[in-house]
Amino acid sequence: MIKGKFIDNLPKVYGIYTGGFLVFIILMAIAEQAGMSAKLIGIFFVAFTVLIYALIGWLSRTLQVDAYYVAGRQVPTVFNGMATAADWMSGASFVAMAGGIYFKGYGYMALLVGWTGGYVLVASLLAPYLRKFGCYTVPDFIGTRYGGNLARFSAVIVLTVASFTYVTAQINATGTIASVALDIPFGIAVYVGLASILMCSMLGGMRAVTWTQVAQYIVLIIAYLLPVFWISSKLGAGFFPHFMLADEVARIAELEGQFGFVKNSAADLATVPKGLAGITKAHSSVNATPWAFISLAVCMMAGTASLPHVMMRYFTTPSVRTARRSVGWSLFFIFLLYSSAPMLATLSKLSLIDPTLPTGIIGKTIAEVQAIDWYQNWNQANLMFISDFNGNGTLELNEFFMGGKAVVLATPEIAGLPYVISGLVAAGGMAAAMSTADGLVLAISNALSHDIYYKIINPKAETAKRLIVARVLLVLIGFAGATIAALEIQGILGSVIWAFDFAMSGLFFPLVLGVWWKRANAPGAVAGMLLGLISGTAYLIWVRSGGAGFLGITQLTFGIVGAAVSLVSMIVVSLITAAPDAATQKMVDDVRIPSGKTVLAQK
Amino acid sequence: MSKQEQHWEKTRNLLFITLAIWFVFSIGIFLFGAEMQESNIRPFGYPLTYWFTCQGSLAIFVILIFWFAGRQEKIDDEFGFSEREGDK
Repeated sequence: MIKGKFIDNLPKVYGIYTGGFLVFIILMAIAEQAGMSAKLIGIFFVAFTVLIYALIGWLSRTLQVDAYYVAGRQVPTVFNGMATAADWMSGASFVAMAGGIYFKGYGYMALLVGWTGGYVLVASLLAPYLRKFGCYTVPDFIGTRYGGNLARFSAVIVLTVASFTYVTAQINATGTIASVALDIPFGIAVYVGLASILMCSMLGGMRAVTWTQVAQYIVLIIAYLLPVFWISSKLGAGFFPHFMLADEVARIAELEGQFGFVKNSAADLATVPKGLAGITKAHSSVNATPWAFISLAVCMMAGTASLPHVMMRYFTTPSVRTARRSVGWSLFFIFLLYSSAPMLATLSKLSLIDPTLPTGIIGKTIAEVQAIDWYQNWNQANLMFISDFNGNGTLELNEFFMGGKAVVLATPEIAGLPYVISGLVAAGGMAAAMSTADGLVLAISNALSHDIYYKIINPKAETAKRLIVARVLLVLIGFAGATIAALEIQGILGSVIWAFDFAMSGLFFPLVLGVWWKRANAPGAVAGMLLGLISGTAYLIWVRSGGAGFLGITQLTFGIVGAAVSLVSMIVVSLITAAPDAATQKMVDDVRIPSGKTVLAQK
Repeated sequence: MSKQEQHWEKTRNLLFITLAIWFVFSIGIFLFGAEMQESNIRPFGYPLTYWFTCQGSLAIFVILIFWFAGRQEKIDDEFGFSEREGDK
């Protein structure tokens, strides 16, 4: 219908969209001046953006298998990069990351390095080769490369475990934001979030998800960068914070030295609401051992290169060459946000703790702080807390507690920006969480409908039936995810990190060796996937239930155990069983050169 | 050696170079995080290790991927393995 023409007009379409969004922000700012209530502005921002995504989802509806699974393989390089960036940057990146850096400093910044460095592995080891393969899903590659339903099935298991862990966290995040912005209970907000996610993906599959993700990227990057630049100028820290905050970083270190890190007693800490934390670590000094830093970074990098919802974005480009370049663009768009997160953490911390700034609260009397408007709001939202532990009537650094989300959500308000910015940030967080949840739900349901239903159960199914099954599964998985999210078992960030470890445990080596080691065979791959996943999970359970662990591997880095077991078992089992047949070897040769038809098209 | 083997050997060498650079900036330098932090080299005035974690390594990864993609395209062209129109 709009296909050919639409692809050619992409820059124009999204240019108009971006302009429209900026006009909308300005209109909201005018409405705020005219006296529109903060609550109404929040509702407008979230409702308006979500409706736009739903509209794009509806316009992209399709009845073709190729469009549903891989967006017709015609997504241009730069746009695929944007879509991947949105797919990749979740509620954790948007809402939680700056908060983590604010509290933990250096040790936490391993996530920045890990979540970007992984793309070098994606570009060099996997993406172009999987694109040449021409598969619809990641298990499709495993199943065809190694042969046999067992390998395919094992890949689906790993994919489901990792993606499902991840998606519950994202639905949780959409629920949190929807509940704050729309002022409804969390248990209901989770399903509102789910409905928006399904609207974007159900009718058009990957095609719809692609075009909504581009739209969501534009919203989330504006929502992240605008406040950072604005706060920086407002504080007089410089108009381009990324290059100009050195003095502020030094000033924080100076203040930290002046205040000292007083350790609170356990009895005092017990009075602090759950989930809130104080500043206990220095902002910019190296406060983690090399191994703690590197092991976390390694897990995030290998996890990046094994997460199916990211990998399948590179199935949608027109060619191998564009797949490779598209990885570079993805990382560039991610870099824009990731390099800003530490700047936001710095600005947020300085504006709170510097007594010489009007926004600083440390050193003020407790009563004074309790009278501040924003303190009351965020205290009520259970994201801020102060208490006079030493009874001197003055607020000390160790007496101030904040939720991780508050760094992104509350800083604009603390710095005295108009409320329209807070509404924008809520819309951005919603976009980030929705875009990732879309990609994940689609990855799981595609694997189940394509690899389990079509390839294993009913290979003769007609197109219409396959697409109906895919959509039914999509809705079921969404509901399962929302139901678990409503239980709030694990925090957003913890679940996300686990998902990377699960993916790395089971899929990293079977994927990489599938391209780079011809001798790898089906029994080896199955052993690698299952033993890797099982040993990683066992280690996680052991550490969670009080086990001591070994080599300093924690519950956040259990992927190292899983991946090591996976590598060893895959090599050993491959070598003691027969080499893959000539046809498989030929297939690997074909994957390694970009020219010619895709491997699956040759069959 | 066949054309395809030569192509693969070059591709593999490029991979090793790329991964070596990747290793240095994602793992290598953080073995010396504490020492680097004390260094007098301060990009934009930030302490060195801090700068690498916020911007340096991240930016190097972006550049590295584009450089890698360009080199790989050259290798593919050299052996005539680049895609042509209609190769879908």
